[in-house]
Amino acid sequence: MTTTTLTTPLVAATATTKAPRQRIRPLKVVLSVIAIALALAWVFPVYWMVNSSLLPNAVLQSVTPRFLPFGGSLDNFLTVMTDGKFFGALQMSLAITLLTVAVALLFAFLGALAISRFKFRGRTSFVLALLFIQMLPAEGLFIAQYKLMASVGLLNNILGVSLIYIAAVVPFTVWMLRGFVAGIPADLEEAAMVDGCTRTQAFFRVTFPLLAPGLIASGVYAFLQAWNEFTVALVILQKEDAMTLPLWLRTFILQSANRATDWGQVMASSTLVAIPVIVFFLLVQGRLTSGLVAGAVKG
Amino acid sequence: MTVTQTLSAENQAARAAAARARKLGRLAPYALIIPSIAILLFSLGYPLVWQFITSTQKFGLAQQFGRPPEFIGLGNYATVFTNPETWAIVLRSIAFMLVNAALTVVIGVLLALLMTAIGKAARLILQVALLIAWAMPVVATMTIWTWLFDWRRGIINWLLTAVGLDFTNHNWLAEPLSFYFVATVIVVWMSVPFVTFSVYAGLTQVSDEVLEAAQLDGADGYRRFHYIILPLIRPVLMIVLLLQLIWDLRVFTQIRMLQDAGAPPSSTDLLGTYIYRLGVASSDFGMASALSIFVLLLTVAMSAFYVVQLLKEDS
Repeated sequence: MTTTTLTTPLVAATATTKAPRQRIRPLKVVLSVIAIALALAWVFPVYWMVNSSLLPNAVLQSVTPRFLPFGGSLDNFLTVMTDGKFFGALQMSLAITLLTVAVALLFAFLGALAISRFKFRGRTSFVLALLFIQMLPAEGLFIAQYKLMASVGLLNNILGVSLIYIAAVVPFTVWMLRGFVAGIPADLEEAAMVDGCTRTQAFFRVTFPLLAPGLIASGVYAFLQAWNEFTVALVILQKEDAMTLPLWLRTFILQSANRATDWGQVMASSTLVAIPVIVFFLLVQGRLTSGLVAGAVKG
Repeated sequence: MTVTQTLSAENQAARAAAARARKLGRLAPYALIIPSIAILLFSLGYPLVWQFITSTQKFGLAQQFGRPPEFIGLGNYATVFTNPETWAIVLRSIAFMLVNAALTVVIGVLLALLMTAIGKAARLILQVALLIAWAMPVVATMTIWTWLFDWRRGIINWLLTAVGLDFTNHNWLAEPLSFYFVATVIVVWMSVPFVTFSVYAGLTQVSDEVLEAAQLDGADGYRRFHYIILPLIRPVLMIVLLLQLIWDLRVFTQIRMLQDAGAPPSSTDLLGTYIYRLGVASSDFGMASALSIFVLLLTVAMSAFYVVQLLKEDS
C-alpha cells in the first residue's frame, strides 16, 4: 500500500517534467554555448602548437599573429627531423620505453597472478607496500637514485633509467592487472584442468587470451609514464647524446631564455613528441576515467 | 577386484600429484612476486635506505672527492629547518599546493556539473577538448605555454594588448607572483580534465528521478547540489582532491621548465626544485636527503587515506 502511494506521484512527476523537455529550453542553449566556448579555450593551446608548427619563423615573429596556418608548410617538421639530435633522442626514448613496457608487464603480470590466484602469508603486506610505493614521488628520491646509478656505472645509460622506470610503474601495473586476473573466474581454469589440461596449459590456453585487454591497458600506462618522464631523466641522463625526447624538448626552452627562439621548430618538435601519446591515450581513456584507480595514472 | 586395485593405485598417484601441487602451490606465489620485489628493492628500496643514512651524515663536495662521510645525527635536519629560506620554500610550496588543488577541483566540478546540463553535441565537444588537454605530455605542455606567454611574440601579451591593456614585451616570469600565476594556469589547465571526468562519472550515478522529485518538492539548484548530489559524489571528490594535493606538492617539471625559460630559481623555487638545487647544483647530498625525507613523509602521510580507499574498493 505504502509503496503504491509513494511511487504514483513520482511516476506522475517524471511524466510531467519529461514533457517540457521536448521544447527548447533557453537555459540549456546558453549553457551549451558557454560549454563550447570553454572547450575552444581549453583546446586552444594545443591548436596554437599545431598552427605555429606549420608557420615559418618569419610569420611567427611578425607583430600580428596569424590565427590560421595559411601559407604554412611542413618545413619545420622536416628541419627538426633531419636534425641528428631528434633521431638520437627518439632512439633513446624508444629503447627506454620499450624496455620498460616489456619488463614491467612481465614482472607485473607474475605479481598480479600471485595476489589474485593465491592466498599466501605476506600477501596483504605486499599489496599494501605496492600501494604506498606507487605514491612515492620521484622528487623525493631522485638524488639517491642518481647516486645509486653513479655507483653502479649506469649514468647516461638506457638500462639505468629503465630500471628506475620499471620500478616506478610495476606497483600500479600489478594493481591494474590484478583486477583483470581476478575478473576471470578460476572455475574456468579448473574446468580446463578437469578436461585434461595441466595448470600451466589451462592458464595459457584459457586465462591468458582473456587477459589481453588488461595487458594492453597496462602496457599503454607503462608506455605513457616512460615516454613522458622528465624528472629522473633530467638527473640521470646529463650527457647530451643520452637525451630522451622530453630532455631534447627542454633544450629549446633553455635556449629561449637567452636568444630569439624559432618557435615554429619548437612547436613542430612538441607535436612530434605529443602525437604518439595522444593516440595511445585516447585508446585507453575509457579505462582511465572509470573507477578510483584512474587516480594514479597521470600526474 | 582388479578394477578396485587400479582405482586405488590411480588414487595414490593422484594423491601424490596433489601433494606435489600443494607444495608447489605454497611456493609458487613467492616465486611470482620475486621479480617485482627485486626491482623495487634495487631502484627504490636501496635509494630510500641510502637517503635515510645520508640524511644523518655530512655529505657535501668534500665527500664527493673521497672523504668518508661523517655521522652528524639530525644535524642536516637542524641546518635545513633553521634556514629561513627553507621555511619560505616550504610555505610557498604548501600555498601553491592548496591554491592549485582548490582551483583545479572547483573548476573541475563546475565543468562536470556543466556537462550534465548541456546537450549531447556540446558535451561531446567539451569532452574531446578536455581529453586532448589531458593527453598532452607535460614537457610539450610546458613548451606550448612558454610560447603562449613568451614576452616578445607570445599570443597572450598580444591579446591583452589588443583589448587595451599594455602588455607589450611584458615578461611574465620575472616576478615571483606572476611566475606562480603562470605555473598555476598551466597546472590547472592540465589537471582539470582528470577531475572533470572522474566527477562526471560520479554524477551520472545520481538518478534523474530523485533530482526531479527534489525539484518538485521545491529544492532550488543549490539545495539539490548540497543535499543530493554532494553526498553521492563525496567519495570521488575526496580522492580527487587528495591526489591533486599530493601531485601539486611535488610539482617539479612545470617549475623547473619555467625556470629554464628565464626565471630566477632562488626566488621561484618550490620543494622539488629546491632539492634539485641542493643535490645536483650544490652537491650537498646530506641536506638534499634530509629535505627529501621530509617530502616523502608528507606524501606518505597524505597517501594513507588514498590507500585505505583503494583497499576498500578492492574488497
